[in-house]
Amino acid sequence: MKITLKVWRQKDQSTKGQFRTYQLDHVSPDMSFLEMFDVLNNDLVLKGEDPIAFDHDCREGICGACSMFINGRPHGPLQTTTCQLHMRSFRDGETITVEPWRAKAFPVIKDLVVSRESFERIQQAGGYISVNTGGVPDANEIPIPKTNADKAFDAAACIQCGACVAACKNASAMLFVSAKISQLALLPQGQPERKVRAERMVAQMDKEGFGACTNTLACEAECPKGISVSNIARMNREYYSANLTSENI
Amino acid sequence: MKLDSKIPEGPLAEKWSKHKFNLKLVNPANKRKYEIIVVGTGLAGASAAASLAELGYNVKAFCFQDSPRRAHSIAAQGGINAAKNYRNDGDSIYRLFYDTIKGGDYRAREGNVYRLAEVSVDIIDQCVAQGVPFAREYGGLLDNRSFGGAQVSRTFYARGQTGQQLLLGAYSALNRQISNGKVKMYNRTEMLDVVVTDGKARGIITRNLITGKVEAHSAHAVLLCTGGYGNVFFLSTNAKGSNVTAAWRAHKKGALFGNPCFTQIHPTCIPVSGDHQSKLTLMSESLRNDGRVWVPKTARPGLKAKDAVNIPEAERDYFLERKYPSFGNLVPRDVASRNAKYACDEGKGVGSGLAVFLDFADAIKRDGKKIIEAKYGNLFDMYQQITGDNPYEVPMMIFPAVHYTMGGLWVDYNLSTTVPGLYALGEANFSDHGANRLGASALMQGLADGYFVIPYTIGDYLANIGWSDRISADHPAFKEALDNVQARVQKLLSIKGRKTVDQLHRELGLTMWDYCGMSRTEEGLRKAKARIQELRNEFWQNVNVLGSPNELNQELEKAGRVADFMELGELMVDDALHRSESCGGHFREESQTPDGEALRDDSKFAYVAAWEYTAENKAEVLHKEELRFENVKLTQRSYK
Repeated sequence: MKITLKVWRQKDQSTKGQFRTYQLDHVSPDMSFLEMFDVLNNDLVLKGEDPIAFDHDCREGICGACSMFINGRPHGPLQTTTCQLHMRSFRDGETITVEPWRAKAFPVIKDLVVSRESFERIQQAGGYISVNTGGVPDANEIPIPKTNADKAFDAAACIQCGACVAACKNASAMLFVSAKISQLALLPQGQPERKVRAERMVAQMDKEGFGACTNTLACEAECPKGISVSNIARMNREYYSANLTSENI
Repeated sequence: MKLDSKIPEGPLAEKWSKHKFNLKLVNPANKRKYEIIVVGTGLAGASAAASLAELGYNVKAFCFQDSPRRAHSIAAQGGINAAKNYRNDGDSIYRLFYDTIKGGDYRAREGNVYRLAEVSVDIIDQCVAQGVPFAREYGGLLDNRSFGGAQVSRTFYARGQTGQQLLLGAYSALNRQISNGKVKMYNRTEMLDVVVTDGKARGIITRNLITGKVEAHSAHAVLLCTGGYGNVFFLSTNAKGSNVTAAWRAHKKGALFGNPCFTQIHPTCIPVSGDHQSKLTLMSESLRNDGRVWVPKTARPGLKAKDAVNIPEAERDYFLERKYPSFGNLVPRDVASRNAKYACDEGKGVGSGLAVFLDFADAIKRDGKKIIEAKYGNLFDMYQQITGDNPYEVPMMIFPAVHYTMGGLWVDYNLSTTVPGLYALGEANFSDHGANRLGASALMQGLADGYFVIPYTIGDYLANIGWSDRISADHPAFKEALDNVQARVQKLLSIKGRKTVDQLHRELGLTMWDYCGMSRTEEGLRKAKARIQELRNEFWQNVNVLGSPNELNQELEKAGRVADFMELGELMVDDALHRSESCGGHFREESQTPDGEALRDDSKFAYVAAWEYTAENKAEVLHKEELRFENVKLTQRSYK
């Protein structure tokens, strides 16, 4: 396949970026999207040009590192991660535009690499159950209805990639935040801190500069792990009820 | 050097309890006077960092990824073993111990493996308390499945994403401690050296991957939880960033390296599709619960999956079921891999010739598509995504790939390396899996080390040295290490040769795979040794690393890691050469039974090979830790 790539190049956070165009003549349909970048980068290095920086690690669709905005969609045309996207999803001769995630809370570090430290701070604000190692009850002491465990799992499948933010016109992080709040709200172990968790995580989310949700559902449509927007509804319920009866703030 | 494993005396089942009692404690008020460095935030690192911070120690944790949650433990699919015996099917701590030591082909310590089995039950409790959504049954209790090398169902799982969910549990515990201020987290920061003075580990040198800033961090103890080194093969199921650098630098500073040649080749990976291949993707071993492995009885070169459905039952060879009737498709990984290789060597491989089928047609007929989808849906989707084939309709094609390294830094029962104050946890150490790891036991070991072993054993060391035994990061030893790291970065950038890092890495990987992979011979290993030396020379003369040291420079990161792989590769070959027996995943063609199984030589090789670095371009010195078996009888491993 022949592919024309228009790629966002930006030296660092403080330098202005621009698109650069690259021609690739020997792309195999069996290549993953990132393998195409490997081949391009290899050629660039051999030509003495600076290779394109991009985040990636597991290349199995689970670590959440990869984060390319491809032809106007996070992770490209399929509902999967960039690393699992293969070139057979594109046409021979196609021009593909590749950008980093665009959001105020995700500043560009270089080329296609952004900082997602804002997500870390939201997790640190309350995305946990306060138990120390040791001295916990037997795993089967508290039965959990299978449907609840399954719903908790569905929410916990979030890979924290940030596609939801990149997809949203408001750069809202509500799908990501609601996934964690939902997972723990659905489990008996999460009950003692249920209210304070919702309050703190939402407060941190707002502080980081993410936008609000206007129910366009773009996040759900683009989430590579199929996280449902019903989690956002649950988070709103959690947040309002926590606020109404807050013992915290 | 005399290697002391520090395995406590006494009956197997009492060793750990007795040892815990004999270890010194640090008074709660004094714990805050100690600083501990944890490198790596996978299951071992995150669980250790969180648990130590909960105890009151001050922890600095480091990962090269942009978030601790992206460590490669996240990709573990199948499950985690624990001797809970929730199924009432005859499991016990002793049975898990026995299966694991036998699975490792009797090349692990009895004491370590028993402790692992013992704490396995606590791990499940801990994870459930953290909110890990394990699979459950309708009654609300935990579900289990079976895994290779065992005849009981003791594997706990969270769909095909168990590693992800366990790591997120540990990550949440870590986040809680970051928020409490007890852990200072350094993301996108890579460890490039360890500082040793007066025979003790004193801290590390790191590089900030965004700014390029090289920094010194001092502490009372350093924990390396940096995973395995499967990427020495270039193609493996490891993440692209997984590397040996931290362990290798520790090795060069005096930590012995145990059994470096023990590599696990996993039987069920998606075959290579072309020269552009950047990594291999695992299909969970759990698939072998329902999938049947076969090749055509007569060679059919180039056979495609869509044509396989037309091959009648009588013309198929379900070779694992035929050769191993009692374990069938659930034989351990080394056995399954070797037999897939034999089938392909006979010319019966399908697709490119380097693949066998893993077929779900019978399982779908028996249980219905819905049940199979519930069990393996995400894996089937992933397979289709990568290959374009639909495994609900046609058989999967699989081939073995490098997956895990049983070798690693030599540690004693306390997880201490041969450098006091320097510890290795999880896959980074060599300890519990012998010559072959059973499925669902890597997660178990990582979390056992981090949650339930190191919090006890490190206290003994810290209590003995006292909190004043620490040097500051301004000490000349740190300055020297810092200068060395910077000089090496400059050296890599100054070569400006004609080959890329990836090109040289691929060549190293091919050599390792051809000669130090699934089967090894003396002749091949000698060839590999010469080839690796050539490649290493070429690397330092002809690699091209562009850019500057003071920016995000991914080529520079890769170059440093590959330079270390070039040295490690040679040590792996030396280790494989000297061990002329076969055991577990280490298969020397010269040493096999008449039916092609690994033939051990216990009279000569019932020891751990621990290698000592001496000097640049000098042969490493072999030390032997004899393995004593007081409870199990060494037999030819049989799964027939």
